Amino acid sequence: MLELSGLFQWIHAVASGLFSSLGLSEIFLDIFLMTLAGAAIIVFLALMALFLIWWERKVAAHFQDRLGPMMTGWHGWLQTIADAIKLLQKEDIVVANADRPVHFWAPVVAFASCFMVYAVIPFGKGALAADLNIGILYILAITTFTVISIVMAGWASNNKYALLGGMRSASQVISYEVPLTLSLMGAVLMAGTLSMGQFVEAQGPYIWKWYIWPQFLGFAIYLTASTAELNRTPFDLPEAEQELVAGFNIEYSGMKFAMFFLAEFLNMFTVGAVATTIFLGGWQPPFPALSFIPSWLWFLGKSLFIVFLIMWFKWTYPRVRVDHLLGFAWKVLLPLSFVNLILTAIAVQIF
Amino acid sequence: MSEMIDNVPLTEEEFLLNMGPQHPSTHGVLRLVLKMRGEFIEDVIPHIGYLHRSIEKIAENRTYAQFMPYTDRIDYCASMPCNLAWALTVEKLAGIEAPPRAQYLRVIMTELNRIASHLIYLGVMSLDLGAFTPFLYAFREREMILDLFEMTCGQRLTYNYMRIGGVARDIPPDFASKCREFTRIFRKRVDDYEAILTNNPIFLTRTKNIGVLPIKVGLEYGASGPTIRGSGHNWDIRKAEPYSSYDKFNFSVPLGKNGDVWDRYIVRVQEMRESCNIVDQALDGLPEGEIKAKVPGLFKPPAGEVVMRIEAPRGEMGYYVVADGTTKPYRVKIRTASFGNLQVLRYLSRGYKIADLVAIFGSLDVVLPEVDR
Repeated sequence: MLELSGLFQWIHAVASGLFSSLGLSEIFLDIFLMTLAGAAIIVFLALMALFLIWWERKVAAHFQDRLGPMMTGWHGWLQTIADAIKLLQKEDIVVANADRPVHFWAPVVAFASCFMVYAVIPFGKGALAADLNIGILYILAITTFTVISIVMAGWASNNKYALLGGMRSASQVISYEVPLTLSLMGAVLMAGTLSMGQFVEAQGPYIWKWYIWPQFLGFAIYLTASTAELNRTPFDLPEAEQELVAGFNIEYSGMKFAMFFLAEFLNMFTVGAVATTIFLGGWQPPFPALSFIPSWLWFLGKSLFIVFLIMWFKWTYPRVRVDHLLGFAWKVLLPLSFVNLILTAIAVQIF
Repeated sequence: MSEMIDNVPLTEEEFLLNMGPQHPSTHGVLRLVLKMRGEFIEDVIPHIGYLHRSIEKIAENRTYAQFMPYTDRIDYCASMPCNLAWALTVEKLAGIEAPPRAQYLRVIMTELNRIASHLIYLGVMSLDLGAFTPFLYAFREREMILDLFEMTCGQRLTYNYMRIGGVARDIPPDFASKCREFTRIFRKRVDDYEAILTNNPIFLTRTKNIGVLPIKVGLEYGASGPTIRGSGHNWDIRKAEPYSSYDKFNFSVPLGKNGDVWDRYIVRVQEMRESCNIVDQALDGLPEGEIKAKVPGLFKPPAGEVVMRIEAPRGEMGYYVVADGTTKPYRVKIRTASFGNLQVLRYLSRGYKIADLVAIFGSLDVVLPEVDR
């Protein structure tokens, strides 16, 4: 079979045999296996980021009646690799009077935080690096790091446009954090757990049991609020090109800029992965009869579909204004998510 | 430049933001110094002149016919009306009248150019509001118009098509059928643009009641064209002082109500539909005959002064020429619509946010080379 769990069990068996023959204790085996898992996730995410950038360009191009990258490789699939190599060669410019340590650490924080989320994402059957019992709480905590990195970048750049972008981002992300968290709580009440692994188990391989149906309002709020958290159109105010040129990352060049850029795309995939796990049954197929397709393919397909929806928003809508944005969060999304939470609580109590 | 900024008095909470000359939404090289309080704009100080090419002075050293290609460069988004205004000015000075076929061809080209220019407005306006896709849709249709121009005069941007007394070339045989195909397709495409923008809730919140221009203020600043018609002022030179057979066509002048960004948008969208109608009517009634009146090779108009104005896509465009009886004009003054329209920016954008400034500036449809000349 093509399931990943078989591969993991094989690696575990080989490694434990090797370690016991060398006379090393269990703790070294654990360290080795966790390092291996971490490396595998990093490699996977790096490839995913490259793919997503290419895919976004293709999706945008086809929405706009054009072809997009076509020259490098088949339908331009090597384009992002070429761009990444170009960015690696660029000079790393730090503007005069910048706050140098903060300027350096901002992209690192952005990049690292989006990798850390994936420790608790179940990629497939048995493919979960760490099944924390507070999985959702962990994700919500880690994704908030993004705003810190943006505020750091905006502050350290010694640029008024960057500062405006950073300030906008702070108010935006803090406002949308509240409905985002509440929108997930309905599903948490239904599943009775915070663990990502148990979420998938609770929903099962039956499409009518997935939480998107009873929690459709929660799903819609989650998708809207997370689009705002991602700083993507229609909520891309921190980097609004026509107003703030590039916003918080205006003074970044070379690989530091690329780190912000890759982090943005990885965060988009994170949103897709979390929505898949909590609302769309995770790696489970919609019908038990379809379980011959490997679970990780179901996970990828569902996550990429959510990512496609977010891209669709971007290439259709204009940008909202900053006061409308905050008004929408506090006046529309927050009451709706409370309504959703209370209705779910009553329903869970009755049934 | 620093002395311009140093003289602005600031309180503790205010700061100056330099917007441009290189900025994605200043549509060229306009420089705005914004006095900001957080996201709010307290004052806008525009600095123009980065694109000054002294076209008016160049005119004094060229013959009347030689100046025609320079008029292309006044407004590169709508060169045909600039051409036409110059031709009409010199014809008025010398008492020449273009033959009927030339007049109809001028109307066709000018109206097609009006559509192309409004398409740029539509695309850039939606881009300013953060919607990328309508921009490329608009340029797709503009491409069809440019193909028509290329068929006719071999140029896609600076046409140099009008001549004193007529036009440079007759249209090729398959122009009429291609042009009709364009207007047929284009009417449906305008519906598409409206579907994606006109009633989009985000677009409405970004444009309704933003940058309201009262008629009186607009007239005092010299605003014209769709900018003032968006406020409901019924002033279109094609109707008020018909030139080049415009009195023979049946078309209406769209008017707005409030004078906000949305009204200026909808006026331009409706104008594109009206221009389509004019082009169709002109193709239907295109007379046979000469395309150019007899003008002597050594063209010396009589001494005198003349003012001629037309309705360009951005508003009132005209020339004031002082002739001294030689082959070259003594003095040329160009009146361009963008210059007048840009003046209201400071009035309109005080008290709004920086995102609104971008929307207001986009809605004025300013082309910078026309401001600086």
